[in-house]
Amino acid sequence: MTQRYVYVLAALLTILGLSVFFYKWQVLGFPVTEDLETPVWTIESSVSFESGPGSIKVNLQVPALTPGFRRLNENSVSRGYGFSTNLGGGGREAQWAIRRADGEQTIYYRISVYEDDSIDESDTTPPFPPTPNINEPMRTAVDVLVGDVRDHSADTASFTTELLRRMNDRSPDPNVELLLSGANSSADFVDVVTTMLASARIPARMVHGFPLAGRQRSATFVTWLEVHDGDRWLYFNPVTGEQSLPDRFLVWWRGNEPLIKVEGGSNVQVDFAIQENHLDAVAIAETQAAQLGTSAVNFSLYSLPIQTQAVYSVLLMIPIGALIMVIMRNMVGIDAFGTFMPVLIALAFRETKLLWGLILFTLLVTLGLTIRFLLDRLRLLLVPRLSAVLIVVVILMLLISMTSHRLGMEMGLSVALFPMVIIAMTIERMSVVWEERGATDAIRAGLGSLAVAVAAYTFMGMAWLEHLIFTFPELLLVILAFVLLAGRYTGYRLTELTRFKELAKN
Amino acid sequence: MFSTAKKLRDIGVLGLNERNADLIMRLNPRRLYPGVDDKALTKDLAVKAGMAVPDLYGVIEHQGEVRDFANMVAEKDSFVVKPARGSGGDGILVVTGRSDRKRDSFRLSSGMLISEGEIQHHISNIVGGQYSLSGNRDKALIEYCVHFDPTFAEVSYQGVPDIRVIVYRGYPAMAMVRLPTRASDGKANLHQGAVGAGVDMSTGETLHGVLDDALVEEHPDTGVLVKGLKIPQWDFILESSARGYEVTGLGYLGVDMVIDAERGPLILEMNARPGLNIQIANCTGLTNRVDRIEEIFDASASPADRAAIARREFAA
Repeated sequence: MTQRYVYVLAALLTILGLSVFFYKWQVLGFPVTEDLETPVWTIESSVSFESGPGSIKVNLQVPALTPGFRRLNENSVSRGYGFSTNLGGGGREAQWAIRRADGEQTIYYRISVYEDDSIDESDTTPPFPPTPNINEPMRTAVDVLVGDVRDHSADTASFTTELLRRMNDRSPDPNVELLLSGANSSADFVDVVTTMLASARIPARMVHGFPLAGRQRSATFVTWLEVHDGDRWLYFNPVTGEQSLPDRFLVWWRGNEPLIKVEGGSNVQVDFAIQENHLDAVAIAETQAAQLGTSAVNFSLYSLPIQTQAVYSVLLMIPIGALIMVIMRNMVGIDAFGTFMPVLIALAFRETKLLWGLILFTLLVTLGLTIRFLLDRLRLLLVPRLSAVLIVVVILMLLISMTSHRLGMEMGLSVALFPMVIIAMTIERMSVVWEERGATDAIRAGLGSLAVAVAAYTFMGMAWLEHLIFTFPELLLVILAFVLLAGRYTGYRLTELTRFKELAKN
Repeated sequence: MFSTAKKLRDIGVLGLNERNADLIMRLNPRRLYPGVDDKALTKDLAVKAGMAVPDLYGVIEHQGEVRDFANMVAEKDSFVVKPARGSGGDGILVVTGRSDRKRDSFRLSSGMLISEGEIQHHISNIVGGQYSLSGNRDKALIEYCVHFDPTFAEVSYQGVPDIRVIVYRGYPAMAMVRLPTRASDGKANLHQGAVGAGVDMSTGETLHGVLDDALVEEHPDTGVLVKGLKIPQWDFILESSARGYEVTGLGYLGVDMVIDAERGPLILEMNARPGLNIQIANCTGLTNRVDRIEEIFDASASPADRAAIARREFAA
């Protein structure tokens, strides 16, 4: 019966621990490995203009749907202006408004994004565009060109490619020349192309954005062509006609609306600067969790003050040490002093490093034991004797530190990190075992303790494990489940196989 | 590795984890522990149940009483000092006589002389809790030193050989004789180096010996064959140990008895966590016997009935 409760409880704990873990890992994107840094781009646009006499209203197109990128945060720096973002025709618009302003004004809008392949073009299939109203003689040129291109293509994609090829031809045919006569910029060019596609009843729109690469002081927009083939949006390079998107292309806004509209101001200038940072993946995951509104992040250790975090990064490894302890004691069957003494020694090893830890521990225990045997002759009562051992241990630590300092071995100083009470108890226990059961047993249990401590240290020192537990403390539930199961483990201990080997012979 | 484990499983060898989880936790409720952990209490319980125990000369509970020690043993030449809550035979001092010249100088079973002051220090340590299971304060018992039966004289090196019977739910399941050696310093504890010899439950005759987990045929110090010794009053021993179940209430119990030359078998102590080496000494596993007892278990059987069943069922 008990057995079944333990299994059920362990299963529940494991499921709970693992599901929270997978949620945080897969959905929120918490990194399972350490120092996973994600590049984050911060794009800052500064809008400067001269204020007019009246009220001022500034509308700036800002990113809405950004395929391949996820928005980390955005903010605006604008003294005295009211700020809001609204969905508009071309996507999203940031709006600043102020009743009165004097002199030159500068408004900043900053957005941070990071790459996320799971973000797709998610807006709905557009309706077929109405045939645009075009005046003669343009109308004939458009009709001729569209009819000609249609004959030379099979579907939307090939239509677009063929159209772009003709429009970009070095020696364009007269119709193209006529159509492009008013196009001075690449944006104008793409605008003409979208009009032509509209005449062919193909939904198309202009896309403005930045290819993100490194740091750019004044970034310029690249205009791209977006065409819907009835199924999804396709991207075309308007110059080459290639169906592609520049690397890390951040879509800023779509359509032929102007980037900025300023009412009540003049001499408008917009500059874009791009900055690439590397942000801890954990920080990004947390921001994302906050956006998703889950409470997982509220319980994250990363929300604690840094110093407390440092404490917990150590404390959270103690369950790992305890787990090792359970395995070594109940499954391997190694003798050790004290239940958790090896774990505490392992904690001290973290600071002293293994070799020095072993040397200092052995030195301390050996010296302590010697003095303990001398104390034995004085026939002290138990508690005073234990206290005497403790004081001797402290003095020994001091002496070791001072001697090693004088010898120039600074590592000896870290002896102070050993848990002195635990060491004193170990010395006492060891001396009692020594007297009662002989040196062999005492040394064997002493070495056993060291072996468990080293094993615990090895696992507790694994950086990836530390990161894993710190980022996903719910894994402690899985460890708890394992420990519960180990509590009902009734199989042989590894050392019992040797102990009972005489029986196995027959 | 797995094949060894499987073989052990087949023979029915009980492992420590299984003993702790399946036997001790199930059959030995914690509230019954004081009855066996405190040897003064065990003695009380056993006497009330009409069992024979070594006489108690005195109990020292407080540091202030330590100096009364000399008075307690004034009339005695031999006695044993032991912690009431000791484990594994730790802290037991066996005094076999006094120095011829000085009354306040005592001879230990090992032959060493020890002064009254040293014994008092030892008692202080006991009272302070050095040997107690939990490290808490303890009592020191001073009791009759058994003059053991000559049966085992030749296979013991000093000290007192004793008989350990494992009693499962009141049925004696397995037994062994523990013979002190030079290495065990006269103590009858296997992990201190004593020799354990399995016992044929039906006849009370010894089987092989085991020393440090290995089989031995002879006593390492005396060189005498361990096998084939007939334990006197075997029936009485089995019945007494079976009665230990009623006395303590523990379902998995180790009863330690000694055979005094004059008074016969005496209960020394009882143990709620008896060790597993007895399996090596008997060359067989406990699990089979435990399973068999579960089959034939009868709550109304008297200690004598159960002892008889053990004799019938568990012949070597």
